[in-house]
Amino acid sequence: MEKILLPDIKDLHLIDVYIANGGYNAAKKALSQTSDEIIDQVKKSGLRGRGGAAFLTGLKWSFMPKTTDKPKYLCINGDESEPGSFKDRQIFEFNPHQMIEGAIITCFAIGAKTAYIYIRGEYHKWIKLLQKAIDDAYANGYLGEKMKETFGIEFTCDLFIHKGAGAYICGEESSLMNSLEGKRGYPRVKPPFPASNGLWGCPTTINNVETIANVPSIIKNGWEWFSKIGHPKHPGTLLFGVSGHVNNPGVYELPSGTLLTDIIYKYAGGVPNNKNILCVIPGGSSMPPLRGDKLEGVKMDAESLKEVGSAIGTGGIIVMDEDTDLVKVLARIAHFYHHESCGQCTPCREGTGWLEKILKRIIAGKGSTSDLDLLITVANQIEGNTICALGEAAAWPVKFMVDRFRDYFEKRVSKEVSLPVANKVHSMRETAFPLADVKN
Amino acid sequence: MDFKFTQSNLDRIEQETKKYPVRKPAVMAALYIAQEQNGFISSEVMKAVAEVLGITAEEVLGVVTFYTMYHQKQMGKYHIQVCTNVSCMLRGGYDIWDQVKNKFGIDHMGVTDDKQFSLEEVECMGSCGTAPMIAINEDYYENLTKEKVEEILSSLGSAV
Repeated sequence: MEKILLPDIKDLHLIDVYIANGGYNAAKKALSQTSDEIIDQVKKSGLRGRGGAAFLTGLKWSFMPKTTDKPKYLCINGDESEPGSFKDRQIFEFNPHQMIEGAIITCFAIGAKTAYIYIRGEYHKWIKLLQKAIDDAYANGYLGEKMKETFGIEFTCDLFIHKGAGAYICGEESSLMNSLEGKRGYPRVKPPFPASNGLWGCPTTINNVETIANVPSIIKNGWEWFSKIGHPKHPGTLLFGVSGHVNNPGVYELPSGTLLTDIIYKYAGGVPNNKNILCVIPGGSSMPPLRGDKLEGVKMDAESLKEVGSAIGTGGIIVMDEDTDLVKVLARIAHFYHHESCGQCTPCREGTGWLEKILKRIIAGKGSTSDLDLLITVANQIEGNTICALGEAAAWPVKFMVDRFRDYFEKRVSKEVSLPVANKVHSMRETAFPLADVKN
Repeated sequence: MDFKFTQSNLDRIEQETKKYPVRKPAVMAALYIAQEQNGFISSEVMKAVAEVLGITAEEVLGVVTFYTMYHQKQMGKYHIQVCTNVSCMLRGGYDIWDQVKNKFGIDHMGVTDDKQFSLEEVECMGSCGTAPMIAINEDYYENLTKEKVEEILSSLGSAV
Protein backbone atom coordinates (compact mmCIF):
# COMPACT_ATOMS: atom_id res chain seq x y z
CA MET A 1 0.00 0.00 0.00
CA GLU A 2 1.32 3.39 -0.99
CA LYS A 3 1.83 5.85 1.83
CA ILE A 4 0.89 9.42 1.04
CA LEU A 5 1.82 11.27 4.21
CA LEU A 6 4.68 9.34 5.73
CA PRO A 7 6.36 7.45 2.88
CA ASP A 8 9.38 5.30 3.67
CA ILE A 9 11.95 7.63 2.15
CA LYS A 10 15.10 8.28 4.12
CA ASP A 11 15.73 11.90 5.17
CA LEU A 12 12.57 13.14 3.47
CA HIS A 13 12.51 16.00 5.99
CA LEU A 14 15.47 17.55 4.16
CA ILE A 15 14.41 19.91 1.39
CA ASP A 16 16.89 18.47 -1.13
CA VAL A 17 15.58 14.96 -0.61
CA TYR A 18 12.00 16.19 -0.79
CA ILE A 19 12.67 18.01 -4.07
CA ALA A 20 14.57 15.02 -5.49
CA ASN A 21 11.44 12.95 -4.85
CA GLY A 22 9.21 15.27 -6.83
CA GLY A 23 8.56 17.71 -4.01
CA TYR A 24 7.10 21.16 -4.76
CA ASN A 25 6.08 20.00 -8.25
CA ALA A 26 2.46 19.87 -7.08
CA ALA A 27 2.74 23.52 -6.01
CA LYS A 28 4.12 24.42 -9.44
CA LYS A 29 1.24 22.55 -11.10
CA ALA A 30 -1.36 24.11 -8.82
CA LEU A 31 -0.11 27.66 -9.14
CA SER A 32 -0.43 27.46 -12.92
CA GLN A 33 -4.15 26.80 -12.50
CA THR A 34 -6.97 29.00 -11.22
CA SER A 35 -8.06 28.89 -7.61
CA ASP A 36 -11.48 27.58 -8.66
CA GLU A 37 -9.86 24.70 -10.47
CA ILE A 38 -7.89 23.73 -7.37
CA ILE A 39 -10.90 23.97 -5.07
CA ASP A 40 -12.88 21.90 -7.55
CA GLN A 41 -10.27 19.13 -7.54
CA VAL A 42 -10.11 19.03 -3.75
CA LYS A 43 -13.91 18.95 -3.60
CA LYS A 44 -14.10 16.07 -6.07
CA SER A 45 -11.34 14.17 -4.27
CA GLY A 46 -13.66 13.90 -1.27
CA LEU A 47 -10.88 14.95 1.14
CA ARG A 48 -12.29 15.42 4.62
CA GLY A 49 -10.71 17.22 7.56
CA ARG A 50 -8.41 15.15 9.73
CA GLY A 51 -8.77 17.23 12.87
CA GLY A 52 -11.88 15.55 14.24
CA ALA A 53 -15.01 16.83 12.55
CA ALA A 54 -14.22 15.25 9.14
CA PHE A 55 -15.74 18.19 7.29
CA LEU A 56 -15.31 18.33 3.50
CA THR A 57 -12.13 20.34 2.89
CA GLY A 58 -12.99 21.60 -0.60
CA LEU A 59 -16.39 22.75 0.59
CA LYS A 60 -14.81 24.61 3.50
CA TRP A 61 -12.45 26.39 1.12
CA SER A 62 -15.34 27.38 -1.14
CA PHE A 63 -16.91 29.30 1.77
CA MET A 64 -14.13 31.88 1.53
CA PRO A 65 -15.47 35.06 -0.10
CA LYS A 66 -14.17 35.69 -3.60
CA THR A 67 -14.46 39.44 -3.48
CA THR A 68 -13.38 41.17 -0.32
CA ASP A 69 -11.19 44.14 0.56
CA LYS A 70 -9.94 42.38 3.65
CA PRO A 71 -6.85 40.19 3.80
CA LYS A 72 -7.57 36.46 3.99
CA TYR A 73 -5.82 34.01 6.26
CA LEU A 74 -5.05 30.33 6.47
CA CYS A 75 -4.61 28.76 9.90
CA ILE A 76 -3.12 25.31 10.15
CA ASN A 77 -4.09 23.55 13.33
CA GLY A 78 -1.15 21.71 14.84
CA ASP A 79 -2.28 22.01 18.44
CA GLU A 80 -2.66 18.24 18.66
CA SER A 81 -3.81 18.22 22.25
CA GLU A 82 -6.43 15.48 22.19
CA PRO A 83 -5.25 12.66 24.44
CA GLY A 84 -4.46 9.69 22.19
CA SER A 85 -3.36 11.75 19.18
CA PHE A 86 0.26 12.09 18.24
CA LYS A 87 0.18 12.08 14.45
CA ASP A 88 0.94 15.68 13.44
CA ARG A 89 4.32 15.57 15.14
CA GLN A 90 5.23 12.73 12.76
CA ILE A 91 4.54 15.07 9.83
CA PHE A 92 6.59 17.88 11.41
CA GLU A 93 9.46 15.50 11.97
CA PHE A 94 9.45 13.27 8.91
CA ASN A 95 7.65 15.11 6.10
CA PRO A 96 7.36 18.82 6.94
CA HIS A 97 7.79 20.03 3.37
CA GLN A 98 4.69 18.23 2.20
CA MET A 99 2.68 20.23 4.72
CA ILE A 100 4.43 23.44 3.65
CA GLU A 101 3.68 22.63 0.02
CA GLY A 102 0.06 21.94 0.93
CA ALA A 103 -0.04 25.30 2.72
CA ILE A 104 1.23 27.09 -0.40
CA ILE A 105 -1.42 25.43 -2.58
CA THR A 106 -4.15 26.14 -0.04
CA CYS A 107 -3.12 29.79 0.34
CA PHE A 108 -3.27 30.18 -3.43
CA ALA A 109 -6.65 28.43 -3.66
CA ILE A 110 -8.32 30.54 -0.98
CA GLY A 111 -6.43 33.72 -1.80
CA ALA A 112 -4.55 34.01 1.48
CA LYS A 113 -1.21 35.77 1.63
CA THR A 114 -0.45 34.72 5.17
CA ALA A 115 -0.69 31.32 6.79
CA TYR A 116 -0.17 30.63 10.47
CA ILE A 117 0.57 27.25 11.84
CA TYR A 118 -0.49 26.95 15.44
CA ILE A 119 1.62 24.39 17.29
CA ARG A 120 1.22 23.43 20.92
CA GLY A 121 3.84 24.97 23.17
CA GLU A 122 5.09 21.64 24.51
CA TYR A 123 6.29 20.67 21.01
CA HIS A 124 9.55 22.68 21.36
CA LYS A 125 11.47 20.11 19.39
CA TRP A 126 8.96 19.88 16.55
CA ILE A 127 8.62 23.65 16.35
CA LYS A 128 12.36 23.86 15.79
CA LEU A 129 12.23 21.11 13.16
CA LEU A 130 9.38 22.75 11.30
CA GLN A 131 10.97 26.21 11.54
CA LYS A 132 14.09 24.78 9.91
CA ALA A 133 11.97 23.37 7.08
CA ILE A 134 10.17 26.70 6.66
CA ASP A 135 13.50 28.57 6.57
CA ASP A 136 14.72 26.17 3.88
CA ALA A 137 11.53 26.68 1.88
CA TYR A 138 12.09 30.45 2.02
CA ALA A 139 15.73 30.04 1.01
CA ASN A 140 14.74 27.90 -1.95
CA GLY A 141 12.14 30.38 -3.14
CA TYR A 142 9.01 28.41 -2.27
CA LEU A 143 7.76 30.97 0.24
CA GLY A 144 7.90 34.76 0.40
CA GLU A 145 8.86 37.28 -2.28
CA LYS A 146 11.00 34.82 -4.21
CA MET A 147 7.87 32.82 -5.10
CA LYS A 148 7.26 35.21 -8.00
CA GLU A 149 10.47 34.03 -9.59
CA THR A 150 10.04 30.35 -8.73
CA PHE A 151 6.47 30.04 -9.88
CA GLY A 152 6.44 32.80 -12.46
CA ILE A 153 3.26 34.43 -11.15
CA GLU A 154 2.30 37.47 -9.13
CA PHE A 155 1.50 35.56 -5.95
CA THR A 156 3.39 35.34 -2.69
CA CYS A 157 2.55 33.93 0.71
CA ASP A 158 4.21 33.74 4.08
CA LEU A 159 4.09 30.96 6.64
CA PHE A 160 4.61 31.66 10.32
CA ILE A 161 4.59 29.44 13.38
CA HIS A 162 2.56 30.59 16.37
CA LYS A 163 3.52 28.73 19.50
CA GLY A 164 0.77 27.85 21.95
CA ALA A 165 1.34 27.71 25.69
CA GLY A 166 -0.49 24.72 27.09
CA ALA A 167 -4.24 24.87 26.62
CA TYR A 168 -6.20 21.97 25.14
CA ILE A 169 -9.02 24.25 24.11
CA CYS A 170 -6.79 26.06 21.60
CA GLY A 171 -7.23 23.09 19.29
CA GLU A 172 -10.82 24.30 18.84
CA GLU A 173 -10.75 26.53 15.78
CA SER A 174 -12.29 29.72 17.17
CA SER A 175 -10.30 29.43 20.38
CA LEU A 176 -7.20 28.93 18.26
CA MET A 177 -7.92 32.21 16.50
CA ASN A 178 -8.30 34.08 19.77
CA SER A 179 -5.05 32.59 21.00
CA LEU A 180 -3.37 33.62 17.75
CA GLU A 181 -4.64 37.14 18.29
CA GLY A 182 -2.83 37.15 21.63
CA LYS A 183 -5.89 36.70 23.81
CA ARG A 184 -7.18 34.14 26.24
CA GLY A 185 -8.15 31.08 24.22
CA TYR A 186 -11.90 31.42 24.62
CA PRO A 187 -13.99 29.81 21.88
CA ARG A 188 -16.18 32.20 19.91
CA VAL A 189 -19.89 31.92 19.28
CA LYS A 190 -20.69 30.71 15.77
CA PRO A 191 -22.02 32.17 13.50
CA PRO A 192 -20.25 34.21 12.27
CA PHE A 193 -18.09 31.43 10.87
CA PRO A 194 -14.35 31.90 10.31
CA ALA A 195 -14.75 32.04 6.52
CA SER A 196 -16.54 35.37 6.89
CA ASN A 197 -15.24 36.57 10.24
CA GLY A 198 -12.07 34.89 11.43
CA LEU A 199 -8.67 36.23 12.40
CA TRP A 200 -8.93 39.97 13.13
CA GLY A 201 -12.41 39.87 11.62
CA CYS A 202 -11.07 38.74 8.26
CA PRO A 203 -11.99 35.68 6.18
CA THR A 204 -10.08 32.68 7.54
CA THR A 205 -9.84 29.00 6.77
CA ILE A 206 -8.65 26.58 9.44
CA ASN A 207 -7.42 23.11 8.50
CA ASN A 208 -5.60 20.39 10.38
CA VAL A 209 -1.92 19.66 9.64
CA GLU A 210 -2.73 16.22 8.23
CA THR A 211 -5.46 17.66 5.98
CA ILE A 212 -3.08 20.22 4.49
CA ALA A 213 -0.37 17.56 4.03
CA ASN A 214 -2.79 15.58 1.86
CA VAL A 215 -3.34 18.42 -0.63
CA PRO A 216 -0.15 18.09 -2.75
CA SER A 217 -0.84 14.43 -3.52
CA ILE A 218 -4.34 15.27 -4.79
CA ILE A 219 -2.95 17.90 -7.16
CA LYS A 220 -0.08 15.65 -8.21
CA ASN A 221 -2.00 12.40 -8.79
CA GLY A 222 -5.44 13.76 -9.52
CA TRP A 223 -8.66 13.73 -7.51
CA GLU A 224 -9.83 10.45 -9.05
CA TRP A 225 -6.79 8.61 -7.75
CA PHE A 226 -7.33 10.01 -4.26
CA SER A 227 -11.05 9.33 -4.19
CA LYS A 228 -10.43 5.63 -4.82
CA ILE A 229 -8.29 5.10 -1.73
CA GLY A 230 -10.12 3.57 1.23
CA HIS A 231 -13.76 4.27 2.05
CA PRO A 232 -15.48 6.17 -0.82
CA LYS A 233 -17.15 8.61 1.56
CA HIS A 234 -14.00 9.30 3.56
CA PRO A 235 -11.21 8.66 1.08
CA GLY A 236 -7.46 8.70 1.53
CA THR A 237 -5.10 7.26 4.05
CA LEU A 238 -5.36 8.17 7.72
CA LEU A 239 -2.65 8.40 10.33
CA PHE A 240 -3.82 6.06 13.05
CA GLY A 241 -2.08 6.60 16.36
CA VAL A 242 -2.34 3.44 18.41
CA SER A 243 -1.60 3.67 22.12
CA GLY A 244 -2.37 1.92 25.39
CA HIS A 245 -2.26 -1.85 25.75
CA VAL A 246 -0.70 -2.92 22.44
CA ASN A 247 2.67 -4.49 21.77
CA ASN A 248 3.76 -1.97 19.15
CA PRO A 249 2.19 1.41 19.80
CA GLY A 250 2.82 4.05 17.16
CA VAL A 251 1.46 5.85 14.12
CA TYR A 252 0.29 3.70 11.22
CA GLU A 253 -0.68 5.19 7.87
CA LEU A 254 -3.44 3.03 6.42
CA PRO A 255 -6.37 3.49 4.04
CA SER A 256 -9.54 4.74 5.68
CA GLY A 257 -11.95 1.91 6.34
CA THR A 258 -9.23 -0.45 7.57
CA LEU A 259 -10.59 -2.91 10.13
CA LEU A 260 -9.99 -1.77 13.69
CA THR A 261 -9.03 -5.32 14.65
CA ASP A 262 -6.45 -5.39 11.83
CA ILE A 263 -4.92 -2.17 13.09
CA ILE A 264 -4.68 -3.52 16.62
CA TYR A 265 -3.60 -7.10 15.87
CA LYS A 266 -1.84 -6.96 12.49
CA TYR A 267 -0.10 -3.61 12.71
CA ALA A 268 0.16 -2.73 16.39
CA GLY A 269 1.13 -6.30 17.31
CA GLY A 270 -1.88 -7.23 19.44
CA VAL A 271 -2.37 -6.97 23.18
CA PRO A 272 0.51 -7.83 25.56
CA ASN A 273 0.22 -11.32 27.09
CA ASN A 274 -2.63 -12.08 24.68
CA LYS A 275 -5.16 -10.54 27.01
CA ASN A 276 -8.66 -9.74 25.85
CA ILE A 277 -9.65 -6.20 25.00
CA LEU A 278 -12.09 -4.58 27.38
CA CYS A 279 -12.54 -1.23 25.69
CA VAL A 280 -11.25 0.78 22.73
CA ILE A 281 -11.55 4.51 22.21
CA PRO A 282 -11.30 4.85 18.44
CA GLY A 283 -10.57 8.52 17.80
CA GLY A 284 -8.96 10.31 20.72
CA SER A 285 -10.23 10.50 24.30
CA SER A 286 -13.36 12.52 23.52
CA MET A 287 -14.91 9.96 21.21
CA PRO A 288 -17.50 7.41 22.40
CA PRO A 289 -15.71 4.23 23.54
CA LEU A 290 -16.43 0.82 22.03
CA ARG A 291 -16.80 -2.47 23.89
CA GLY A 292 -13.99 -4.93 23.38
CA ASP A 293 -16.48 -7.69 22.57
CA LYS A 294 -18.00 -5.64 19.78
CA LEU A 295 -14.96 -4.80 17.67
CA GLU A 296 -15.52 -7.46 15.02
CA GLY A 297 -16.05 -5.84 11.62
CA VAL A 298 -15.64 -2.25 12.86
CA LYS A 299 -14.03 -0.18 10.13
CA MET A 300 -12.02 2.94 10.77
CA ASP A 301 -13.58 5.75 8.79
CA ALA A 302 -16.05 8.50 9.62
CA GLU A 303 -19.11 6.80 8.12
CA SER A 304 -18.52 3.27 9.44
CA LEU A 305 -17.77 4.50 12.96
CA LYS A 306 -20.91 6.60 12.96
CA GLU A 307 -22.87 3.41 12.29
CA VAL A 308 -21.47 1.73 15.41
CA GLY A 309 -22.08 4.80 17.57
CA SER A 310 -18.71 6.44 17.65
CA ALA A 311 -16.64 8.81 15.53
CA ILE A 312 -13.27 8.92 13.83
CA GLY A 313 -12.02 12.03 15.64
CA THR A 314 -8.28 12.32 15.16
CA GLY A 315 -7.80 8.58 14.60
CA GLY A 316 -6.12 8.14 17.98
CA ILE A 317 -6.89 4.57 19.02
CA ILE A 318 -6.56 3.86 22.74
CA VAL A 319 -6.67 0.16 23.59
CA MET A 320 -7.49 -1.11 27.08
CA ASP A 321 -7.06 -4.74 28.10
CA GLU A 322 -9.35 -6.79 30.33
CA ASP A 323 -7.52 -5.85 33.54
CA THR A 324 -8.00 -2.12 33.07
CA ASP A 325 -9.86 -0.22 35.77
CA LEU A 326 -12.40 1.55 33.56
CA VAL A 327 -13.72 3.71 36.38
CA LYS A 328 -10.25 5.11 36.96
CA VAL A 329 -9.75 5.64 33.24
CA LEU A 330 -13.04 7.48 32.95
CA ALA A 331 -12.26 9.58 36.02
CA ARG A 332 -8.92 10.50 34.48
CA ILE A 333 -10.64 11.53 31.26
CA ALA A 334 -13.21 13.52 33.24
CA HIS A 335 -10.42 15.21 35.18
CA PHE A 336 -8.77 16.20 31.92
CA TYR A 337 -11.86 17.90 30.53
CA HIS A 338 -12.55 19.59 33.83
CA HIS A 339 -8.99 20.90 33.88
CA GLU A 340 -9.21 22.10 30.27
CA SER A 341 -12.68 23.64 30.35
CA CYS A 342 -12.13 27.33 29.61
CA GLY A 343 -14.88 28.33 32.01
CA GLN A 344 -17.01 30.43 29.68
CA CYS A 345 -20.12 28.23 29.68
CA THR A 346 -21.66 27.17 32.97
CA PRO A 347 -22.77 23.66 31.86
CA CYS A 348 -19.21 22.76 30.91
CA ARG A 349 -17.37 24.62 33.67
CA GLU A 350 -19.55 23.17 36.43
CA GLY A 351 -20.67 19.96 34.76
CA THR A 352 -17.18 18.67 34.05
CA GLY A 353 -16.30 19.18 37.71
CA TRP A 354 -19.35 17.22 38.84
CA LEU A 355 -18.57 14.38 36.45
CA GLU A 356 -15.12 14.12 37.98
CA LYS A 357 -16.42 14.33 41.55
CA ILE A 358 -19.05 11.65 41.02
CA LEU A 359 -16.53 9.31 39.40
CA LYS A 360 -14.10 9.86 42.26
CA ARG A 361 -16.91 9.06 44.68
CA ILE A 362 -17.37 5.74 42.87
CA ILE A 363 -13.64 5.02 43.03
CA ALA A 364 -13.76 5.73 46.78
CA GLY A 365 -16.39 2.99 47.08
CA LYS A 366 -19.17 5.40 47.96
CA GLY A 367 -21.01 5.32 44.67
CA SER A 368 -24.56 4.14 44.22
CA THR A 369 -26.54 2.94 41.22
CA SER A 370 -28.22 6.31 41.03
CA ASP A 371 -24.79 7.88 40.52
CA LEU A 372 -24.59 6.11 37.18
CA ASP A 373 -27.82 7.74 36.08
CA LEU A 374 -26.67 11.02 37.52
CA LEU A 375 -23.48 10.84 35.42
CA ILE A 376 -25.54 10.41 32.28
CA THR A 377 -27.93 13.21 33.25
CA VAL A 378 -25.09 15.64 33.92
CA ALA A 379 -23.40 14.64 30.66
CA ASN A 380 -26.66 15.20 28.79
CA GLN A 381 -26.99 18.64 30.31
CA ILE A 382 -23.52 19.60 29.10
CA GLU A 383 -23.90 18.20 25.60
CA GLY A 384 -25.26 20.71 23.13
CA ASN A 385 -25.46 23.49 25.70
CA THR A 386 -22.04 25.04 25.25
CA ILE A 387 -20.36 27.43 22.83
CA CYS A 388 -17.82 24.91 21.61
CA ALA A 389 -17.48 21.16 21.26
CA LEU A 390 -15.50 20.70 24.49
CA GLY A 391 -18.91 20.15 26.04
CA GLU A 392 -19.49 17.13 23.83
CA ALA A 393 -15.89 16.04 24.28
CA ALA A 394 -16.43 15.90 28.04
CA ALA A 395 -19.90 14.41 27.90
CA TRP A 396 -19.47 11.67 25.32
CA PRO A 397 -16.85 9.48 27.01
CA VAL A 398 -18.80 9.55 30.28
CA LYS A 399 -22.22 9.07 28.78
CA PHE A 400 -21.26 6.30 26.39
CA MET A 401 -18.87 4.49 28.68
CA VAL A 402 -21.38 4.31 31.52
CA ASP A 403 -24.10 3.26 29.11
CA ARG A 404 -22.10 0.68 27.17
CA PHE A 405 -20.35 -0.76 30.24
CA ARG A 406 -23.31 -0.53 32.59
CA ASP A 407 -22.71 -4.09 33.82
CA TYR A 408 -19.10 -3.22 34.65
CA PHE A 409 -19.97 0.01 36.45
CA GLU A 410 -22.83 -1.56 38.40
CA LYS A 411 -20.38 -3.97 40.00
CA ARG A 412 -18.51 -0.96 41.38
CA VAL A 413 -21.43 0.76 43.07
CA SER A 414 -23.90 -0.22 45.75
CA LYS A 415 -27.63 -0.23 45.21
CA GLU A 416 -28.17 2.01 48.19
CA VAL A 417 -28.36 5.70 47.63
CA SER A 418 -25.53 7.30 49.56
CA LEU A 419 -26.34 10.92 48.89
CA PRO A 420 -30.12 11.11 48.71
CA VAL A 421 -30.40 14.85 49.16
CA ALA A 422 -28.21 15.91 46.29
CA ASN A 423 -29.87 13.47 43.96
CA LYS A 424 -33.33 14.49 45.07
CA VAL A 425 -32.68 18.15 44.40
CA HIS A 426 -31.31 17.18 41.05
CA SER A 427 -34.27 15.03 40.07
CA MET A 428 -36.69 17.75 41.13
CA ARG A 429 -34.98 20.22 38.88
CA GLU A 430 -35.23 17.81 36.03
CA THR A 431 -38.99 17.42 36.51
CA ALA A 432 -39.45 21.15 36.60
CA PHE A 433 -37.67 21.66 33.31
CA PRO A 434 -38.05 18.58 31.14
CA LEU A 435 -35.11 18.51 28.73
CA ALA A 436 -37.20 17.98 25.62
CA ASP A 437 -39.24 21.11 26.29
CA VAL A 438 -36.23 23.30 26.93
CA LYS A 439 -34.57 22.15 23.74
CA ASN A 440 -37.61 22.87 21.59
CA MET B 1 11.75 43.65 41.78
CA ASP B 2 12.44 45.66 38.70
CA PHE B 3 12.41 43.99 35.36
CA LYS B 4 13.93 45.24 32.13
CA PHE B 5 14.18 43.30 28.90
CA THR B 6 17.71 42.96 27.56
CA GLN B 7 18.29 44.63 24.22
CA SER B 8 18.65 41.32 22.41
CA ASN B 9 15.38 40.11 23.86
CA LEU B 10 13.68 43.34 22.82
CA ASP B 11 14.96 42.66 19.32
CA ARG B 12 13.57 39.12 19.44
CA ILE B 13 10.16 40.43 20.47
CA GLU B 14 10.30 43.01 17.69
CA GLN B 15 10.99 40.19 15.27
CA GLU B 16 7.96 38.28 16.58
CA THR B 17 5.63 41.25 16.07
CA LYS B 18 6.50 41.27 12.37
CA LYS B 19 4.57 38.03 11.90
CA TYR B 20 1.27 39.77 12.61
CA PRO B 21 -0.66 42.78 11.31
CA VAL B 22 -0.87 44.13 14.89
CA ARG B 23 1.52 43.91 17.85
CA LYS B 24 -0.68 42.19 20.40
CA PRO B 25 -0.35 38.55 19.19
CA ALA B 26 3.36 38.65 19.99
CA VAL B 27 2.35 38.62 23.67
CA MET B 28 2.63 34.83 23.77
CA ALA B 29 6.16 34.80 22.38
CA ALA B 30 7.14 37.82 24.50
CA LEU B 31 6.02 36.00 27.64
CA TYR B 32 8.16 32.99 26.75
CA ILE B 33 11.13 35.30 26.21
CA ALA B 34 10.43 37.08 29.49
CA GLN B 35 10.12 33.80 31.34
CA GLU B 36 13.43 32.70 29.90
CA GLN B 37 15.11 35.91 31.08
CA ASN B 38 13.44 36.30 34.47
CA GLY B 39 12.66 32.67 35.37
CA PHE B 40 8.98 33.40 35.93
CA ILE B 41 6.28 35.94 35.14
CA SER B 42 6.02 38.59 37.86
CA SER B 43 3.72 41.60 37.70
CA GLU B 44 6.72 43.73 36.73
CA VAL B 45 7.32 41.38 33.82
CA MET B 46 3.71 41.73 32.75
CA LYS B 47 4.00 45.51 32.85
CA ALA B 48 7.16 45.39 30.75
CA VAL B 49 5.53 43.08 28.19
CA ALA B 50 2.48 45.35 28.04
CA GLU B 51 4.64 48.39 27.49
CA VAL B 52 6.66 46.81 24.70
CA LEU B 53 3.55 45.71 22.84
CA GLY B 54 1.36 48.73 23.54
CA ILE B 55 -1.34 46.75 25.32
CA THR B 56 -2.59 46.87 28.89
CA ALA B 57 -1.04 44.90 31.74
CA GLU B 58 -4.50 43.39 32.33
CA GLU B 59 -4.54 41.94 28.86
CA VAL B 60 -1.16 40.35 29.56
CA LEU B 61 -2.40 39.03 32.91
CA GLY B 62 -5.36 37.47 31.11
CA VAL B 63 -3.02 35.56 28.84
CA VAL B 64 -0.63 34.53 31.62
CA THR B 65 -3.40 33.03 33.73
CA PHE B 66 -5.07 31.20 30.84
CA TYR B 67 -2.11 29.11 29.69
CA THR B 68 -0.37 26.54 31.86
CA MET B 69 3.11 27.04 30.47
CA TYR B 70 3.58 30.52 31.93
CA HIS B 71 4.69 30.30 35.53
CA GLN B 72 3.96 32.99 38.07
CA LYS B 73 6.49 31.66 40.51
CA GLN B 74 10.08 30.55 40.18
CA MET B 75 10.18 26.90 39.16
CA GLY B 76 13.21 24.64 39.53
CA LYS B 77 16.25 24.69 37.31
CA TYR B 78 14.94 21.35 36.11
CA HIS B 79 11.20 21.50 35.64
CA ILE B 80 10.03 17.88 35.51
CA GLN B 81 6.71 17.28 33.80
CA VAL B 82 5.07 13.89 34.13
CA CYS B 83 2.14 12.93 31.92
CA THR B 84 -0.56 10.87 33.63
CA ASN B 85 -3.23 11.13 30.97
CA VAL B 86 -4.97 8.00 29.65
CA SER B 87 -2.38 6.55 27.29
CA CYS B 88 0.45 7.14 29.77
CA MET B 89 -1.72 5.97 32.67
CA LEU B 90 -2.34 2.65 30.89
CA ARG B 91 1.40 2.13 30.58
CA GLY B 92 2.45 3.10 34.08
CA GLY B 93 2.36 6.90 34.07
CA TYR B 94 1.19 7.04 37.69
CA ASP B 95 4.02 4.76 38.86
CA ILE B 96 6.45 7.26 37.40
CA TRP B 97 4.54 10.17 38.89
CA ASP B 98 4.79 8.57 42.34
CA GLN B 99 8.43 7.74 41.79
CA VAL B 100 9.40 11.33 40.95
CA LYS B 101 7.19 12.73 43.69
CA ASN B 102 8.79 10.52 46.31
CA LYS B 103 12.29 11.11 45.09
CA PHE B 104 12.08 14.87 45.51
CA GLY B 105 9.43 15.00 48.23
CA ILE B 106 7.40 17.55 46.31
CA ASP B 107 3.93 17.49 44.82
CA HIS B 108 2.27 19.07 41.80
CA MET B 109 3.83 22.50 41.14
CA GLY B 110 6.17 22.03 44.08
CA VAL B 111 9.78 23.20 44.07
CA THR B 112 12.67 21.72 46.06
CA ASP B 113 14.26 24.02 48.67
CA ASP B 114 17.45 24.34 46.66
CA LYS B 115 15.38 25.46 43.64
CA GLN B 116 16.97 22.72 41.57
CA PHE B 117 13.86 20.69 40.82
CA SER B 118 10.17 21.35 40.35
CA LEU B 119 7.39 18.97 39.47
CA GLU B 120 4.25 19.24 37.40
CA GLU B 121 1.58 16.66 36.56
CA VAL B 122 0.83 17.54 32.96
CA GLU B 123 -1.98 16.70 30.60
CA CYS B 124 -1.40 14.78 27.37
CA MET B 125 1.87 15.84 25.74
CA GLY B 126 1.32 13.96 22.47
CA SER B 127 3.59 11.06 23.39
CA CYS B 128 0.87 8.44 23.61
CA GLY B 129 2.65 6.07 21.25
CA THR B 130 5.85 6.33 23.26
CA ALA B 131 4.24 6.27 26.69
CA PRO B 132 4.99 6.66 29.48
CA MET B 133 6.89 9.89 29.21
CA ILE B 134 8.29 12.77 31.16
CA ALA B 135 9.58 16.10 29.93
CA ILE B 136 12.38 17.99 31.60
CA ASN B 137 12.30 21.65 30.65
CA GLU B 138 11.91 21.44 26.86
CA ASP B 139 13.07 17.87 26.27
CA TYR B 140 10.91 14.77 26.01
CA TYR B 141 12.00 11.43 27.47
CA GLU B 142 9.86 8.61 26.14
CA ASN B 143 9.26 4.85 26.40
CA LEU B 144 10.21 4.99 30.05
CA THR B 145 10.61 2.41 32.77
CA LYS B 146 11.23 3.14 36.42
CA GLU B 147 14.90 2.29 35.91
CA LYS B 148 15.24 4.67 33.00
CA VAL B 149 13.59 7.46 34.99
CA GLU B 150 16.02 6.86 37.84
CA GLU B 151 18.91 7.06 35.42
CA ILE B 152 17.66 10.28 33.83
CA LEU B 153 16.99 11.97 37.15
CA SER B 154 20.37 10.94 38.55
CA SER B 155 22.12 12.41 35.53
CA LEU B 156 20.57 15.82 36.10
CA GLY B 157 22.88 17.11 38.77
CA SER B 158 24.89 16.41 41.85
CA ALA B 159 22.09 17.81 43.97
CA VAL B 160 20.17 14.53 43.67
